[in-house]
Amino acid sequence: MTMGEAGLTSALAVFAFASFLGAAMGHDAAFSFHASLACVASLISVVMIGNRYLDRPAALPPAEIGGRPNYYLGPIKFASAMAMFWGIAGFSVGLMIAMQLAWPALNFDLPWTTFGRLRPLHTSAVIFAFGGNVLIASSFYVVQKTCRTRLAGDLAPWFVVVGYNFFILIAGTGYLLGVTQSKEYAEPEWYADFWLTIVWVTYLLVFLMTLVKRKEPHIFVANWFYLAFIITIAVLHLGNNAALPVSFLGSKSYIAWGGVQDAMFQWWYGHNAVGFFLTAGFLAIMYYFIPKRAQRPVYSYRLSIIHFWALIFLYIWAGPHHLHYTALPDWAQTLGMTFSIMLWMPSWGGMINGLMTLSGAWDKLRTDPVLRMMVVSVAFYGMSTFEGPMMSIKVVNSLSHYTDWTIGHVHSGALGWVGFVSFGALYCLIPWLWNRQLYSLKLVNWHFWISTIGIVLYISAMWVSGILQGLMWRAYTSLGFLEYSFIESVEAMHPFYIIRAAGGALFLIGALIMAVNLWMTVNAGKASEAEGAAALQPAE
Amino acid sequence: MSFWNRHKIFEKNSTILIAGILVVIAIGGLVEITPLFYLKSTIEAVDGVRPYTPLELAGRNIYVREGCYLCHSQMIRPLRDEVERYGHYSLAAESMYDHPFQWGSKRTGPDLARVGGKYSDDWHVTHLINPRSIVPQSVMPGYPSLAKMELDLSDVVAHLQTNRAVGVPYTDEQIANAAADLKAQVDPDSAGSDAFQKRYPKAVLRNFDGKAGNPTELDALIAYLQMLGTLVDFKLYNEKANLR
Repeated sequence: MTMGEAGLTSALAVFAFASFLGAAMGHDAAFSFHASLACVASLISVVMIGNRYLDRPAALPPAEIGGRPNYYLGPIKFASAMAMFWGIAGFSVGLMIAMQLAWPALNFDLPWTTFGRLRPLHTSAVIFAFGGNVLIASSFYVVQKTCRTRLAGDLAPWFVVVGYNFFILIAGTGYLLGVTQSKEYAEPEWYADFWLTIVWVTYLLVFLMTLVKRKEPHIFVANWFYLAFIITIAVLHLGNNAALPVSFLGSKSYIAWGGVQDAMFQWWYGHNAVGFFLTAGFLAIMYYFIPKRAQRPVYSYRLSIIHFWALIFLYIWAGPHHLHYTALPDWAQTLGMTFSIMLWMPSWGGMINGLMTLSGAWDKLRTDPVLRMMVVSVAFYGMSTFEGPMMSIKVVNSLSHYTDWTIGHVHSGALGWVGFVSFGALYCLIPWLWNRQLYSLKLVNWHFWISTIGIVLYISAMWVSGILQGLMWRAYTSLGFLEYSFIESVEAMHPFYIIRAAGGALFLIGALIMAVNLWMTVNAGKASEAEGAAALQPAE
Repeated sequence: MSFWNRHKIFEKNSTILIAGILVVIAIGGLVEITPLFYLKSTIEAVDGVRPYTPLELAGRNIYVREGCYLCHSQMIRPLRDEVERYGHYSLAAESMYDHPFQWGSKRTGPDLARVGGKYSDDWHVTHLINPRSIVPQSVMPGYPSLAKMELDLSDVVAHLQTNRAVGVPYTDEQIANAAADLKAQVDPDSAGSDAFQKRYPKAVLRNFDGKAGNPTELDALIAYLQMLGTLVDFKLYNEKANLR
């Protein structure tokens, strides 16, 4: 038995016992429930590590076979499958809450099914569960391939993927039970945050140790972005979630920061969850998967250097644009707006670098719907990174803030950019991992068009409803009175909420087609022809 | 050596790459966040802002638990229409004891920063249980279970202590009497009401849900809603005095 196996087994056994005590002595039902889940999960893990030990040959898998790296694919397969599962779950909950806004009877007036509890379930499921699994899976794949070395660690990568999904389970069930910190995109309570910290540090170590033992002299550009994503998310997570629990046996905690400082911390975190989770991480996907699929080198090495450093430097400043005209001091608002506008440049630099990678291969857009999906995602990235800086201008923000325009903006980025680039990556990754040919390109084409129509319906509905809302709130009669009561603006939203739900339904149908396609690829797909030597060269 | 060659040091050394990333991402956050803790102009000096009573704090926790902030902001911007619709623009001082803040980012429903005193307790009881019985076009969920759930009184003291540990100035007396104060606030005729009033001047004592018996979650939530935005007397507030 290796040190890792023995150490992790004993740590999990101790953790199982501690969670058992926690479940028995918990101050509230939610905490006891989560402690029981932790106890059961640790015991199952102990048994599985034991079985794995008994089943495996005496020596661990070699790092190289016949002079070629023996890539570690098991944890990546698991994370890719979970990404697809959580994607469907997250899109479905999104459709549900979209329909609740159109038809409030769908809240059922039960504590567990109201909009207020399902909305964090939707955002966490799509961002952290779907997006997070795509990022972990793709980063573990890309770092091995571009370093030409086996992933570091034996159990550690499994701990990362399983531990991360356990965090999602705790967070998601917590929302339904009313366990929340109420910090947007950082809702999980202190114990879930603590667990995520352990998992995330392990993730960083696995990624870093793989980089350290690389066989290539240069670190490939995609890995810069993955590394910035992993490190910055760790910093943001620790800063924003600083909290003191009421009891170490209860679920409730109070955030260390108060009022205006807490607001600044929250949107420093919130905007950089967008900047580093939903942008830097997925740009890494763009920098590997688009060149690979198009079989062209990255357009410009120098542009990627400028893109990288400018993006991560400027993004961090942009948070206060979520707090325009609030009680946050003006100087901070002005800084936030200024840097948000500057951010437009590196964003479009990255977009150009991604799109121009296709120069000489544009014809592939006609024949390869997977590549088309990724290229359209970069176009959506360009669109929403233009819209964002525009909305961060204070006068524009005075109209758009608090309205559905923000929701539309987020979804043009989330569905168009993050969603499509993830779908593209999974359409590449699943056949590579299982050594299969993709089951059907025709189904990918259907997925692409159905989802694209869904996105267009969604974002146009939200543009119209958001701007309408903003204008109704500030409309005056000729006598100088406010023209509309608030509830009239709510009533005016109804048709757009229905269109939005229809758009979301189309997006979900597209993802279901994808799930079928990938399922058939793994279970009934033809074996792929032997993959040639990697066409990709590291950045020079 | 050209500029582009110099960049190789980051590409060939993962530790230097990490150090570079950490330095570059630290700057913006440090510049924007740190001054908020020492610049005196960040939070206005005002009279009247006090920590929440134990009942209001319990109500606030229900507001957090149910995710009310996802549809209701508590931050009135200094724009003509907002000030006319909701009242005086929000001050930083008014949320200085809020852990976490509840400014919100979306108005599917109206802003609640000054909803206190705007409607009667009866209105809130009916509206929270079935919003469409009062506002037919509303898309808000109903919360009938709040009326049935009694408040958990076992850890009231620990909640106040935790708040004090993160910076809310509760006194020893307020902490020691937290459970009694929570009950006293819904029972104006009880023996503890005078002492409660002394500890929390101008706090409102009422049977908020209109039902006898132990305080319910509905009592707490309505007590919280009814005090929102009422602490500062804007007839006496001099905004020029805060130009520091």
